[in-house]
Amino acid sequence: MEQVGQRKIDGMWLTVVGIAVLFFLILPTLIVIPMSFSGASYLEFPPTSFSFRWYAAYFGSSEWMSATQTSLIAAVMTSAIATPLGALCAYGLHCSTPRFRNSAQALVIMPIVVPVILIAVGVFSLYAKLGLNYTLTGIIIAHTALALPFVIVTVMSGLQNYDFDQELAARSLGASRALALWTITVPQVKFSIQTGAFLAFITSLDEVVISMLVSGGDNATITRRMFNSLRDQLDPTIAAISTCLIVVSVSALIGVQLIGYRKNVEK
Amino acid sequence: MSIADDSAAVHTLQNARALKSEERRERFTLFGLSMPALLAILIVVFLPIFWLSSLSFYNAAGALSMENYARIFESALYRRTFVVTFQISIAVTVICVLLGYPLCYWLTKLPDRTAAILMVFVLVPFWTSVLVRTYAWLVLLQRNGIINSSLIWLGVIEEPLQLAHNLTGSIIGMVHIMLPFLILPLYAIMRGIDTDLVRAAVGLGSSPRKAFWHVFFPMSLPGLFAGIVLVFILSLGFYVTPALLGGGRVQMLAQRIESTITVYSNWGAASALGVVLLLLALVMIWLMNRVFGLDKLFMR
Repeated sequence: MEQVGQRKIDGMWLTVVGIAVLFFLILPTLIVIPMSFSGASYLEFPPTSFSFRWYAAYFGSSEWMSATQTSLIAAVMTSAIATPLGALCAYGLHCSTPRFRNSAQALVIMPIVVPVILIAVGVFSLYAKLGLNYTLTGIIIAHTALALPFVIVTVMSGLQNYDFDQELAARSLGASRALALWTITVPQVKFSIQTGAFLAFITSLDEVVISMLVSGGDNATITRRMFNSLRDQLDPTIAAISTCLIVVSVSALIGVQLIGYRKNVEK
Repeated sequence: MSIADDSAAVHTLQNARALKSEERRERFTLFGLSMPALLAILIVVFLPIFWLSSLSFYNAAGALSMENYARIFESALYRRTFVVTFQISIAVTVICVLLGYPLCYWLTKLPDRTAAILMVFVLVPFWTSVLVRTYAWLVLLQRNGIINSSLIWLGVIEEPLQLAHNLTGSIIGMVHIMLPFLILPLYAIMRGIDTDLVRAAVGLGSSPRKAFWHVFFPMSLPGLFAGIVLVFILSLGFYVTPALLGGGRVQMLAQRIESTITVYSNWGAASALGVVLLLLALVMIWLMNRVFGLDKLFMR
C-alpha cells in the first residue's frame, strides 16, 4: 500500500516537472508573437492594445527590407547548391568503401561540432584575401559549407533505409548507373532530400555568427541587423520580424512533417 | 581440348582484369561524386581554421614563438575568460540534465502518439532562430518584464531583480537554447530501451526506484552522455546568447576571440584562444565518439 502511494507521488512529481519543462521550452519561443501586435511604443507583455504598427515599421523600412531580401536570396541559393551537392556526396559515400566512408564522415560532422566562431573568423580572414567580405557570393559559399553536413547526414540516413538491391536490379536489366540513380533511387529517398533542403534553407536563414563578420554594407543579412539592433536597444520592430521568422521555420517544419506523413500513408 | 582450356583460362583472366578496371573506374566515379561537397567543407571550414591556428605560433614581430600561449596562461584577463566559460558551460549542462532527464523519462512512459505530439514543444524551439529566442528572454527578463512584475505581484520580491544583462540572464537563455540538444539524443536512446526489463525487475521483487536506478538509468547513459557532450561543446563556443543577455558583463571565450580581432586586431592572441577552444572541442568529440559512436548520427 505504502509502495503504491509512493509510486503515485513519483508519477505526479514526474508529470509536473515534465509539463513545466515543456512550458519553459515553448512559452518564451512563442511570446514574441502577441508582443509583435502591441500598440504601445515600448515593449510590454502582456500587450494592452492591438495594432499592426510594428509590421508597418518592418515592411516600410528599406533597410530591413533589403536585409530580408539578402537573407532570403542567400537561404534559397544555399539550399539550391547544398542539396544536390550534399545528396550526391551522400550517395557516393554510401557506395564507397567503409574506410573512406568513415574518414569522410568525420570530416562531414566537423562543421556541426567545431565552434561557429572559429569558422566565422577563419572564413572572414580567407575572404579578406579573396575580396569576398560583404558580398552575397561570400555569404552563400560560407552558408553552403555550413549546410552541407545537414544534407549529407539526412540523405545518408535515408539511403540506410533504402533497399539498394532495387538499383542493382535496374542496372542488371540494362539501365545505366546514372539512369538507375535518377529513376529508381532518387524517388525513394526524396523525403530525405527534401528534409535536407529545408534544413539547408533554415541553417542559412537563421545563421548569425558568420553573417555578423562576413556580411555587411548593402549585403547585411537580417540576422546581422537584428543582432546589432538588439545590442543597442529593445526595438519592438524585432518582435514583428521574429514572428515572421518563426512562421517561416514552423511552416518548414510542418512541411517536412506533412511530406513524411504522406509518405507513411502511401506505404 | 587443351586449346579450348587455354582460351577459357585467357578469357577468365581477361574478364577478371576487365572487372577489376571497371570496379576501379566505378570507385573513382563515386569518389568524384562525393568530392565537390567534401572539398567545399575542406576549403571553407578547414583550411581557414588551419591557417588561423598557424598564426598563433607567431609573435607580433612575425617570429616563431609561443608568446601567444604564454600570455593566455599569464594574463589574468584571459584566465578569467576561461574560468567564466567553464563555469557557465558546466552550470548550463547540469541544469539541462536536471530539466531534460525527467522530461524524457516522462515522455517514454506516455503513449507513443501523445509523446509524439508533445515532442512538438521541443522541436518548435529547436527550429526557431537563436536570435528570436534570445530576444524573447531579453524582453521577459528586463527590469519591468513579466517575470519581475509577477514575482512582485506574488509578493516574493519587493524590488525588481536584475535578471538580464548579467550572468543569470546568460545562463537562463543558454539553458533554453541548449535543452533540445540534450533532449533529442537522450530521448532517442530512452525510446529504444525495453521497458519490460524494468517490469521484470519489479516483478522479481525490486522496488520501482531501485529498478529505475539499476536497470533503466544505466541503459539510458549513452544518450545522456551524448547530450551532455553536445551541450557542453556548444556552450564552450557559444557566442550569440551570452553576448546579448550578458550585456557586456559576461565575457565568454567566443566573445573574447571576436573582440580580440574586431576591436584589438590581435590575430595572434585570438588564434591562440581559438586553438585552445578547438582542442577542447576535439577532445570532447573524441570522447563522445569513443562512448557513443558518431556513426549513430548517420544511421538513424
